[in-house]
Amino acid sequence: MRKLIAAGLVGLSMGVSGMAFADPLKIGVITTLSGGGAGLGIDTRDGFMLAIKQANNPEVEVVTEDDGQKPELAVQIADKMIQSDQVDILTGIVWSNLAMAVVPSAVAQDKFYVSTNAGPSALAGAGCHQNYFNAAYQNDNFHEAMGQYANQDYKKTFILAPNYPAGTDSLNGFKRYYKGELAGEVYTQVGQTDYAAEIAQIRSSGADSVFFFLPGGMGIAFMKQYAQSGVDLPVMGPGFSFSQDVLPAIGDAAVGAKNSATWSKDLDNEANKKFVEAFQAEYNRLPSIYAVQAFDAANLILSAAAKASVTDKDAFRAALKEADFASVRGKFKFNTNNHPIQDVYVREVIKEGDVLSNKIIATAFTDHGDAYAEQCAMQ
Amino acid sequence: MQTALFIEQLLNGLQLGVMLFLMAAGLTLIFGVMGLINLAHGSLYMVGAFACAAVAAATGSFWLGLAASLAAAAAAGAIVEILVIRRLYERDHLDQVLATFALILIFSEGTRWIFGSFPLYLDIPPLLQGSVPLPGGSRYQLYRLAIIGVGVAVAVGLYFLIARTRLGMRIRAGESDREMIGALGVDIRTLYTVVFALGAALAGLAGALVGALQSVQVGMGEPVLILAFVVIVIGGIGSIKGALVGAVIVGVVDTMGRFLLPQLFTLVMPASQATTVGAALASMLIYIVMAVILAVRPQGLFAVQR
Amino acid sequence: MKLSRETTINIVLALLLLALPLVAMQIGKPFYVTLATRMAILGLAAVGLNIALGLGGLVSFGHAAFFGVGGYVAGIMATHAFNATPLAAFPFAIPGTNQMLVIWAVAIVVGGLLALAIGAISLRTSGVYFIMITLAFAQMTYYFAISWPAYGGEDGLSIYVRNAFPGVNTAVPLNYFLICYAVLLAALLVFALARNSRFGAALQAARQNDVRVASVGIRPFRVRLAAFVISGMITALAGALFADLNRFVSPSMLSWHMSGEFIVLIILGGVGRLFGPVAGAMLFVMFEYILGGLTERWQLFLGLALLGVVLFARGGLIGLIAGKARHG
Repeated sequence: MRKLIAAGLVGLSMGVSGMAFADPLKIGVITTLSGGGAGLGIDTRDGFMLAIKQANNPEVEVVTEDDGQKPELAVQIADKMIQSDQVDILTGIVWSNLAMAVVPSAVAQDKFYVSTNAGPSALAGAGCHQNYFNAAYQNDNFHEAMGQYANQDYKKTFILAPNYPAGTDSLNGFKRYYKGELAGEVYTQVGQTDYAAEIAQIRSSGADSVFFFLPGGMGIAFMKQYAQSGVDLPVMGPGFSFSQDVLPAIGDAAVGAKNSATWSKDLDNEANKKFVEAFQAEYNRLPSIYAVQAFDAANLILSAAAKASVTDKDAFRAALKEADFASVRGKFKFNTNNHPIQDVYVREVIKEGDVLSNKIIATAFTDHGDAYAEQCAMQ
Repeated sequence: MQTALFIEQLLNGLQLGVMLFLMAAGLTLIFGVMGLINLAHGSLYMVGAFACAAVAAATGSFWLGLAASLAAAAAAGAIVEILVIRRLYERDHLDQVLATFALILIFSEGTRWIFGSFPLYLDIPPLLQGSVPLPGGSRYQLYRLAIIGVGVAVAVGLYFLIARTRLGMRIRAGESDREMIGALGVDIRTLYTVVFALGAALAGLAGALVGALQSVQVGMGEPVLILAFVVIVIGGIGSIKGALVGAVIVGVVDTMGRFLLPQLFTLVMPASQATTVGAALASMLIYIVMAVILAVRPQGLFAVQR
Repeated sequence: MKLSRETTINIVLALLLLALPLVAMQIGKPFYVTLATRMAILGLAAVGLNIALGLGGLVSFGHAAFFGVGGYVAGIMATHAFNATPLAAFPFAIPGTNQMLVIWAVAIVVGGLLALAIGAISLRTSGVYFIMITLAFAQMTYYFAISWPAYGGEDGLSIYVRNAFPGVNTAVPLNYFLICYAVLLAALLVFALARNSRFGAALQAARQNDVRVASVGIRPFRVRLAAFVISGMITALAGALFADLNRFVSPSMLSWHMSGEFIVLIILGGVGRLFGPVAGAMLFVMFEYILGGLTERWQLFLGLALLGVVLFARGGLIGLIAGKARHG
């Protein structure tokens, strides 16, 4: 879908006007709006547009288009946005493999890319780039936090993830901080929907806990089947598996599961309270972590645009790097590799009335960066 | 390795196989009678799952949802047959592939239009929660046993339907000689619609049963569809018996491959490598098995003479 | 000399595809050059498939395997050249390369070998079995690519600098389009020659009547296998070009949606027609681009449009304009 939004239209009639920018700013949002993964992209778009709407600035124009979760299509759209729409900044991609397809060539053409979700290790380490900013996380962060937290209570964890790069990164991230013994390490098929075989292995492994990374439908299937199987070992996972977009589909089976994230609905800061309220008012549902990250990314871009013209690349880059915006995640600053340094929390799934949601129970890391920053030549 | 775990994995493989059989039976029946290759069969599976989840959420009853899934999938099948499929029987496979490929796009986006982009919730009914003891001290989930039961019942039911009833006689006649049954005064158009709706209902049933185990979401039918194709190709296209045998082979080989291959590789290489290499090979295993079977028997295990 | 109607259409199509990027440059819409390049490359892949499908009647639902393998050849060789690591250390060191001509040759050879292996087994079957077994082989390569960690797995592989062609700056979009366009014309020439050769006659005869061909001493299996291998080679070459266009390769090039798309291209344009795949690719890419810009639900309308073509416009675009095929 393509939407041209002059965010100021509403504002003029209300007598509110945003800050004047030195130059107009054009942002291209590439995200997944069709197919099985569309829920994540829709949250990304909605979070992003909420910030744009709140900023209410006629100088900002946003072009949104659907990548259908296909790398080739994402590349084509990126080419089009750069060559035809002449955007200054690209953003919005949900999936690491699509980001890997788009980001290297976009930044090489001297465009900015601000990631709202994907944070593949290749772009954080040796492949880092001065025009690439990740406003979300490095892919390993959530898994590292869970590994750190697991040390408190567990000695023998069974870990599983899909057999693809994000999956191996995930388990490596977990193992980087986890000191206990592994009851088993299993790689499942990408897109697998039945986990009976793996659950049977968990049951017989003598594990005292389970850590899994299975994004999207895979995680929903695993959690349901795990709960049905009657294996009652505690479950841990990254926040994606228990995010607001999938919790309703997992149902009560999720209650009590521990998961790591940089954000939670109950995170105590002013920006967050306002954001959760505004998002619910606008879209009539609770925001997910994807919406949060996109909201922050939009505010990051706006904060830079208020300081520098996007045509002056060096000044704009420096303004982005300052990260001078009120993150709904609380503290937020950029590491040397333009990836976040932030707190990572452990949350537990709770049920409030009929609604499943998360609450923070611990802080796994304070001011946590990533393991790849050292390999990044950029200073 | 413990025997109990091994038995449990065998049952898991059998359950996956039975689920594939429900899909494959419809596909193979439709091919056998009408000579049609239907890529959109996975979409009917999705329709069943969504109907079941939506009705179960509205009424609180899984069983009403199950009934709705059969009705919705059969109705969707009948409508599609009358509007589109009917025009494709006389065409070559190429046109059928393309038209049903187009139907997948339409069904997927249509479903997303109606139900939104977020996965739906569906749980197993209270009656079938819990597990039963297995020999060897392990336990097995009641719901999965029930799926195996449903599959066996459907297999037996299809056998009686085809061997013993009037409809079955017409189906058999349709398989062997299409002009002949027209001459006998059977309304062939209605027969085809009924067969298509029957196949669709089986796919919808599979979708609803599995929907309680996994995520009810757009696109859920595609991986199953490809597995079901592997099943009917192994079994011999058009043969219900072949579909049953093929489904059990694929289900058991896939499950045991995922379970055993990584362990096998730990004998010859470091554990961290073995798990990824084993998993990679396991994901290709059923295709390898299929290639071997077809290399030996190009028409599948139970080739239908035509 | 009076040209047949179809020949006229073919010439018009060829000129149209050439004109699109040239005009786009003139009116300052450089993105259309990329779009035209995409048309040429997808058209090329479908020309490959058209040899098997259009001439031989072999409905391969697995040509994405050759497309993807071609892409990976380009990606892998370029990566090794970029990182200056050898492609293979044993039995003797083979360096990577960023020379397109070398990459194309390797892609063609590797694609041909893969087609030989897949064809040797698949062509023992026919009809629906053939459709399904080619699909299964493509799925096998797809899963292999996803779970094989060495070259990026599901994340794919980036080509940081577009590969080089002697005497041409390939980074300029128009130059790269012209390269792809020339390759497409060459492939069309191969198709035309094949169709009118003894080999092509045997292939088309075998499609219509296996027994009669066998009775004149030609083994249909061999003819088909040869056609399948040539077909796979051309599609692999298209894959290598596609990788360079996107500067990226990933397993999604191997997915069954891709195979389906190639079939769609051929049917949209007209099965067995020389320019059918080209017409189909132009139509499809335009359609995808315009619809994608209009609505989020473009896949629904794409589906409806395809359905309309199958049901009501048999013979595809060229069939619609040029009338009934002479061969078919």
